[in-house]
Amino acid sequence: MTITVAGNKKEYEEGLTVAELIKVEDVENPLYVTVTINDDFIKSDTFETTVLQEGDAVEFLYFMGGGC
Amino acid sequence: MAFTDEQLERYSRHIILKEVGVKGQKKLMAGKVLIIGAGGLGAPAAMYLAAAGVGTIGIADADVVDLSNLQRQVIHTTDDLGKPKVQSAAETMKAINPDVNVVTYEDFIAANNIADIIKDYDFVLDGTDNFPAKFLINDACVQAGIPFCHAGIIRFRGQLMTWVPGEGPCYRCVFKEPPPKDAVPTCKQAGVIGAMAGVIGCLQAMEAVKFLTGAGELLTGKLLTYDALTNTIRTVNIPEDPDCAVCSDHPTITELIDYEQAACDGLSKDDVAEAAAE
Repeated sequence: MTITVAGNKKEYEEGLTVAELIKVEDVENPLYVTVTINDDFIKSDTFETTVLQEGDAVEFLYFMGGGC
Repeated sequence: MAFTDEQLERYSRHIILKEVGVKGQKKLMAGKVLIIGAGGLGAPAAMYLAAAGVGTIGIADADVVDLSNLQRQVIHTTDDLGKPKVQSAAETMKAINPDVNVVTYEDFIAANNIADIIKDYDFVLDGTDNFPAKFLINDACVQAGIPFCHAGIIRFRGQLMTWVPGEGPCYRCVFKEPPPKDAVPTCKQAGVIGAMAGVIGCLQAMEAVKFLTGAGELLTGKLLTYDALTNTIRTVNIPEDPDCAVCSDHPTITELIDYEQAACDGLSKDDVAEAAAE
């Protein structure tokens, strides 16, 4: 199935969960990433159970603490 | 309020813009912007807002200028080493534009002083370097209904978003609470390219200019991210959290919180020397 991750269309296996996508994409600081699918927040306690669907658009939002 | 000849000339490149014009320049000159942090982000923001003629610019920071700041904090110079950052920043802003009223706060913001500091401003820029401060600024601005622009930078990446009452999510809609101490590195620990502070700090200044003049669209409901290594600038939609602990209609956080500061010691000189030797 085709999913758009951070703006890039990619092919993934059917049945992929958000938690699995985080691993496949080697997301930085995976414990502290915010995820949206189709512009809706996905609660972190549902990453394991949220199955991605064909055409979904996923965004990873990262903490960035610097500024000084 | 009529412009002097000098002001007409100084601001001529603004005034000829149809999105700004005489009206917009007057709005800038009547505007009050607070910059929290006179560091990497605050430096370019303060300089461009002073140059733009923003009427009152507040600047808050309790640090003094350190040699390791000068790689990116372009508002300070080698001659300013050891000087309070707010004083150094104020001197540069006044040198750029003597018309600007600069108000300095030589203090770290905390739950017991932030509400008092922000209350007189139209727009706040978060140029701080730690999560406790970023959450505090979010919560204080949301509670007071004062629009602000959040930003963060690290390594070759940066991001920013703007909050305006009633126009989209706040920082806490996206990030519920600060990560545990040292779980996510700061730029002091991980490094940052100086020009990244310039890029993102200037984008924050642009948000302030757009807010004050009413030109264009703000980054409300959007997170702009920039990755310098891949030349990627993206604007990601961010939704409102209907159960947000601060900005929803049933907030659970109603008092300001001083979270534990992340280790702001960062790298020691020995760590840097070790990295340099590798």
